[in-house]
Amino acid sequence: MKFRVAREVLAEAVAWTARSLPPRPSVPVLAGILLEVEGGQLAVSGFDYEVSARSEVDVQSTEAGRALVPGRLLAEITRALPPHPVDVVAEGARLAISCGNAKFSLPTLPVEDYPSLPSMPSTAGVVDSDAFAEAVGQVAVAAGRDDTLPMLTGVRLEIEDDLVTLAATDRYRLAVREFAWRPETPGLSAAVLVPARTLADAAKTLTSGPEVVLSLASGGSGEGILGMSGKDRRTTTRLLDAEFVKYRAIMPSESSSFATLPVGLFTDAAKRVALVAERGTPLRCEFTPGQVTLRAGGTDDEGQAEERCDVEFDGEPLTIGFNPTFLLDGLAAVHTDRARMDFTTALKPAVLSGVDEPSADDEDSGRPAERAGSYRYLIMPVRLPG
Amino acid sequence: MTRDRAAGCTVLHVDMDAFFASVEVRRHPELAGTPVIVGGVGNRGVVTSATYEARRYGVHSAMPTSRALRLCPTATVLPGDLDLYAEVSRSVMALFRSLTPLVEPLSLDEAFLDVSGSGRRLGDPVAIGEYIRARVFDEQGITCSVGVAGSKFVAKLASTRAKPDGLLVVPPAEVMDFLHPLPVGALWGVGPKTEEVLLRLGLRTVGDLAHVPARTLQRAVGQAAGSHLHELAWGRDPRRVVPDEPDRSTGAEETFGTDVDDPQVIHRELLHLSERTAGRLRSTGHLARTVTVKIRFADFTTITRSRTLKVPTDVGQELYDTARTLFDALGLDRARIRLVGVRAEGLVEAEATARQLELGAREHGRRDAELAADRAARRFGAGAVRPATLLGRRQVPGAGPVARDPSPGTPR
Repeated sequence: MKFRVAREVLAEAVAWTARSLPPRPSVPVLAGILLEVEGGQLAVSGFDYEVSARSEVDVQSTEAGRALVPGRLLAEITRALPPHPVDVVAEGARLAISCGNAKFSLPTLPVEDYPSLPSMPSTAGVVDSDAFAEAVGQVAVAAGRDDTLPMLTGVRLEIEDDLVTLAATDRYRLAVREFAWRPETPGLSAAVLVPARTLADAAKTLTSGPEVVLSLASGGSGEGILGMSGKDRRTTTRLLDAEFVKYRAIMPSESSSFATLPVGLFTDAAKRVALVAERGTPLRCEFTPGQVTLRAGGTDDEGQAEERCDVEFDGEPLTIGFNPTFLLDGLAAVHTDRARMDFTTALKPAVLSGVDEPSADDEDSGRPAERAGSYRYLIMPVRLPG
Repeated sequence: MTRDRAAGCTVLHVDMDAFFASVEVRRHPELAGTPVIVGGVGNRGVVTSATYEARRYGVHSAMPTSRALRLCPTATVLPGDLDLYAEVSRSVMALFRSLTPLVEPLSLDEAFLDVSGSGRRLGDPVAIGEYIRARVFDEQGITCSVGVAGSKFVAKLASTRAKPDGLLVVPPAEVMDFLHPLPVGALWGVGPKTEEVLLRLGLRTVGDLAHVPARTLQRAVGQAAGSHLHELAWGRDPRRVVPDEPDRSTGAEETFGTDVDDPQVIHRELLHLSERTAGRLRSTGHLARTVTVKIRFADFTTITRSRTLKVPTDVGQELYDTARTLFDALGLDRARIRLVGVRAEGLVEAEATARQLELGAREHGRRDAELAADRAARRFGAGAVRPATLLGRRQVPGAGPVARDPSPGTPR
């Protein structure tokens, strides 16, 4: 194996693949990155039995071949190389990398022991890459991080013909977002649970092309795989084999009051007041017509903070407590200038959603074409003491 | 009583009358006016509390139940329900704390109160004492006695003298008249052994003691104890009422009869210990932030593992889920285990703690189920309602009817 490639191109491909390398590989070869050259193309692959990643770049190659090299080290080296073309040559059991005046020689891992990457399942449909990244980011924020509760660490992906619904919850908040896509076969219907971290990471990094192809193999027990491919990059992840909560039943069907918030100002105020909210203590929101008063802290040996913010509020005055992180996560995910918050009671979930601006410049294409109204972020309140 | 009557009195000692037995009588009104004994029923059971009707027959606490029943064959013996008593105690202590922050509980059923700062709001210490007696009776249906004095130890002696259902004020000027006729055994720190030494010296009353030179006392009972007794005999007790810190942790552990290597048995025990710990949390009104599991192996090496919860809890199932996860994470391969323990730490007052609610949690979730089990246990004895996994597991000794025999290998 012998090839020459631009430093940025190599560094980017290796860095992207290296993201999915396991921090503590169960078998030594899984710490490796597989380099394969064939006809002017370099494939950079990684796999840890759960997630596979493969990125392809064009190179000038004079000799096909493949080599398995320690992944993290390769990523660090390629990132640090000087801005010159990089020459890579496999020499026996070592890999030589030279770039400008820098030369490296790395030991390789036994490539014959490396597992073959799962093949890409059959295509399910195509989605706009930016819309996909936004929707996944909005929903994944609500997923749990506690690996002892696997079903909460996933994003539910439901396909119903030309509509995809994503949902995630950690029991304290629930985020739901719908978006349109083009299914491969009309009338397709499927529902899977995708590890949230992997999905979010993939969606965010597959935006270099206009579209992302989703492919699904929801075979028998625990064998399901989701594939996502963008321009030059594709990744697969094993699906979670768990039931997702019946989240539609949790969505409140009506509200007794609602507020319309200026997202930026309200977020800044909440962040300031939350500075004194120690671990586990709530942000107290007192909604009255025209304004909300945010308070945190309280007892004598803690700091206290208070800030008023002008909002539109329609309903009986309401005092409700939130975990400040949960509230701020939701505010950061609505992606609109104003947000609407619907309430039932102080002990029932509040629903945060974006507000469409009826502004003049409809041709503003900076924002994805989706309806802001399709994003819902439920927050379960904190029962305030006393 | 006039305000002068209580001048110089700032300390109250409040003592529930026959506390456990009174709570039982409240629960079983048909037993009112009859001798009731709370205590162990086995042949080594001991009386922990007895109504005054039973005491009239010579029954007193710490006496073997068998002997008590010989003295008073008509007495009703009840096994006792610490969770219920703890709950009543908590309400009573909460009442005290609403009157003054300076409350020093001595046990479930007695406490010192420093009311020097409460006079303006609530009247003189005697009025406060009567107010407490009235409210405890109103709210809990049990009586208590109150001693009012200028120092802790005189206040305690006064409440003992006022029993049952009374109040006694000993103003500073009357302390000598009150103290000196008392037998030496009434003094704090005089147990049977010291009493014997003093009696041998011919010192029968506190007055006798007061008039012996401190040096003589020190020679008889030791340097520190001698000067302590001398001070007390003259009514001098500088100790202040120190409000207690709430418990920082609570828990339960179990030593197996024989070492256990079956993870299922360990799991079941962890569930049992978690349920017990959660019951305690609920009865004292606390939530735990952290769960700790303790494992002692056959060779006595001991390890602990902790996890801090996202949301503080008093639910047994949640303690158990965490305890079990911690245990399973040890990855033990049939290690022989001698003891397991579950501790709830980082306790916070449930009432004062904001609680993150869960989405879609059923209106009546696990916590409500456990609260209902608490209530059932109060009526029918500990363990009346428990997780099905724990059926067939023998009950805590002395806590109600004994369940069927454990199957082989089941921990005791």
